[in-house]
Amino acid sequence: MSKRKILMSLATMCVLSSAAMADGPKAGGVVNAVIQPEPPSLMIGLVQNGPTQMVAGNIYEGLLRYSPKLDPLPGLAESWSVSEDGKVYTFKLVKGVTWHDGKPFTSADVLFTIEFLKQTHARARGNLVQLDKVEAPDESTVAFTLKQPFGPFIGIFEVGSLPMIPKHIYEGTDFKTNPANNTPVGTGPFMFKEWQKGSFIHLVKNPNYHVKGKPNIDEIYWHVIPDAAARSVAYETGKVDVLPGGSVENFDVPRLSKLKNTCVTGAGWEFFSPHSWLWLNNRSGPTANKKFRQALMFAIDRNMAKDVVWNGLGKVATGPSGSAIKYYTGAVPKYDYDPAKAKALLKEAGYNGEKVRMLPLPYGETWQRWAEMVRQNLQDVGVNVEMIATDVPGWNQKVSEWDYDIAFTYLYQYGDPALGVGRNYVSSQIAKGSPFNNVEGYSNPEIDKLFADGAVAFPDAAREEIYAKAQKILVEDVPVAWMLELQFPTITRCSVKNLITTGIGVNDGFRDAWIEK
Amino acid sequence: MISFIAQRIAKAVIVLLALVVLNFFLIRMAPGDPAVVMAGEAGAGDQLFIAQLREKFGLDQPLPVQLFLYVKGILSLDLGFSFRQQMPVSKLILDRLPATLLLTGTAFAISLLFGILFGALAARFAGTWADTAITIAALIFYATPLFWVALMAILLFSVTMDWLPSFGYETVGAGYTGLAHVLDVAAHLILPATTIGLFFMATYARMTRASMLEVNRLDFVKTARAKGLSDAVIQRRHVLRNALLPVVTLAGLQAGTLVGGAVLTETVFAWPGIGRLMYEALLQRDYNLLLGVFVVCSAMVLAFNLITDLVYRSVDPRIEFAS
Repeated sequence: MSKRKILMSLATMCVLSSAAMADGPKAGGVVNAVIQPEPPSLMIGLVQNGPTQMVAGNIYEGLLRYSPKLDPLPGLAESWSVSEDGKVYTFKLVKGVTWHDGKPFTSADVLFTIEFLKQTHARARGNLVQLDKVEAPDESTVAFTLKQPFGPFIGIFEVGSLPMIPKHIYEGTDFKTNPANNTPVGTGPFMFKEWQKGSFIHLVKNPNYHVKGKPNIDEIYWHVIPDAAARSVAYETGKVDVLPGGSVENFDVPRLSKLKNTCVTGAGWEFFSPHSWLWLNNRSGPTANKKFRQALMFAIDRNMAKDVVWNGLGKVATGPSGSAIKYYTGAVPKYDYDPAKAKALLKEAGYNGEKVRMLPLPYGETWQRWAEMVRQNLQDVGVNVEMIATDVPGWNQKVSEWDYDIAFTYLYQYGDPALGVGRNYVSSQIAKGSPFNNVEGYSNPEIDKLFADGAVAFPDAAREEIYAKAQKILVEDVPVAWMLELQFPTITRCSVKNLITTGIGVNDGFRDAWIEK
Repeated sequence: MISFIAQRIAKAVIVLLALVVLNFFLIRMAPGDPAVVMAGEAGAGDQLFIAQLREKFGLDQPLPVQLFLYVKGILSLDLGFSFRQQMPVSKLILDRLPATLLLTGTAFAISLLFGILFGALAARFAGTWADTAITIAALIFYATPLFWVALMAILLFSVTMDWLPSFGYETVGAGYTGLAHVLDVAAHLILPATTIGLFFMATYARMTRASMLEVNRLDFVKTARAKGLSDAVIQRRHVLRNALLPVVTLAGLQAGTLVGGAVLTETVFAWPGIGRLMYEALLQRDYNLLLGVFVVCSAMVLAFNLITDLVYRSVDPRIEFAS
């Protein structure tokens, strides 16, 4: 490059960076967002439902955050290292961090958190199953030693999975009845201010936040609006600025997205990778037959569901793993929409028109419409479908008691097949009473072994090979009918910038967000 | 009269206890329980987690033991602990009570006042265009689903005209105090209270009209006319008062439901009242909270039935209390 060109490039960079500075984050402002349903509590160590995570993700923090590609990013830990044998994970904590009440955050809090969450957090308990011991050599260092290498371990430190809990508030108390549960204290960018049950939750900026210059926003109001149409109106009339994914019915999204100063994004779901499928009861009835299950895969027009019900957001699922999570492979048998092939397979399966009970997911109009679309697809190839209406508790009971033939569902995958995929297919997870395990009753010793090996295989390349094989076998067997990798559209005023910067999305808090004035 | 009231209160307590037992079993007959719902929300409901929740909520105990503990609590005025909200049920209900009473009380006043007024006007001008207009409007408001009226009201007055707020109890974050706060709450109250009020107003109007027309035909009205009393005095003092008994009955029934709130209206307008609390408790199978709301609502219905009986006496002195 000539000297002139270099000078010109430098000049351009200066102009661009000045422009970037001028247009950069502005401090101040209030964001009004919707939260639905109202969280039962904001103490994220005790309650881990979606709304709690969404609000409390601003108050609490984890050791790490994750990029949209699920690479670890600094959180309360500024750096980390893994021993050569893959068994020891050492974290260096950010120095000078304080809890919202002014007490220092140290490695002792991390040690306490582990013991706390083992008692209260079902998912954390599962994630820590390979943990042998955790030690704090000094105030700002924590070392986790595993019994054996556990591939997904580096992926379990986000705020919803392993939120840091203040030792000085909870040690020696009954966690569940601690009065501090109503006035949560974290290290996060926003502090709890007020909660008027049934109306709103008010968070204010943490002036002592450990990341210099953040957060930019002064206040967040989370409005509790129970009716989906009323939430749309609240946005339309300018009373709220942010509708997190799933806040409004999908059929309202195109209309809202055309409003002035409105941006819509499907980003921020990479870590959760909500994966939807139809549970097919592998134990009895037509769905026990592999050919029948394969026929269903060919009979359902999943592209149409994506385009019509989900407004084009998301992707058609190719198998048990979402494409955003580790070790995903698309090199599996394909099930494109092909009613003729479906009919042929139904014939081969010896299906003679028996009634098949289908449970839609009772989560609102979007899911109802989707179920009706699938029923129509199945009826078109000659499957006799009966829809069973339930509410959420009724759906939970029917599914966990295996009282269904086909049931809609979607589950989070948490970035790694060992965390969010295996539980739905391995034999050890066949147990009545829970609607979140191997509900379909699929049992294959080869799959059991592959998932058992995959969780502890080391290094990464070994895991990749194992999970690729597992995905191929599962897609061939069709224990469930995979539908879509979901993306719930987040709708915001375009003037709210940088709302979603990580793979955790809105649940990672509004730390980086700012308002263009 | 005192013995009448005492007797009615004693009976009411027995009815209330019977209702508690009935409701206790009724809601447990619905599929699903709070442990499975909460595990589902956490997205990781393994069997251990669900078992822990059941143990924590006392749902692992035999049903008769659960009933015994609940009734024992009720007798000591303890409505129990909400599984999901992790707060005492009585606190949750008391927190929501003012908003609900404000909404349903306003709706009650609107509907009673305007219902009787329009009913009386329709009766007075029976057969005219005014009567036809009031009757048709009453029929429409009576027959239209509340949630639809609510949504249309929002569309017209909030979205299109931007006159009134579409949700909530107050403008969040505005920090209004004194008169400004009262006016702010009033602005939020207009749409939901009118929505509920319209339905009951239509009922009262129809009831008042029919009743007044019936009373108008009675002999004592002819006598009053023969005595030379003015029509306005006859209608107000003689006809309306005698025609009010069925309206009082209906008002008593409506008043009994004041605490239960208006589930649909509270949901559409995000009004933080008891109706929503009850609806959410039902969806989450929050047994104690649901039962607690039922207990309070049942007590209100029983109390207002008693008050209605007392009001009968003052409206119509011919009615006597049987002891």
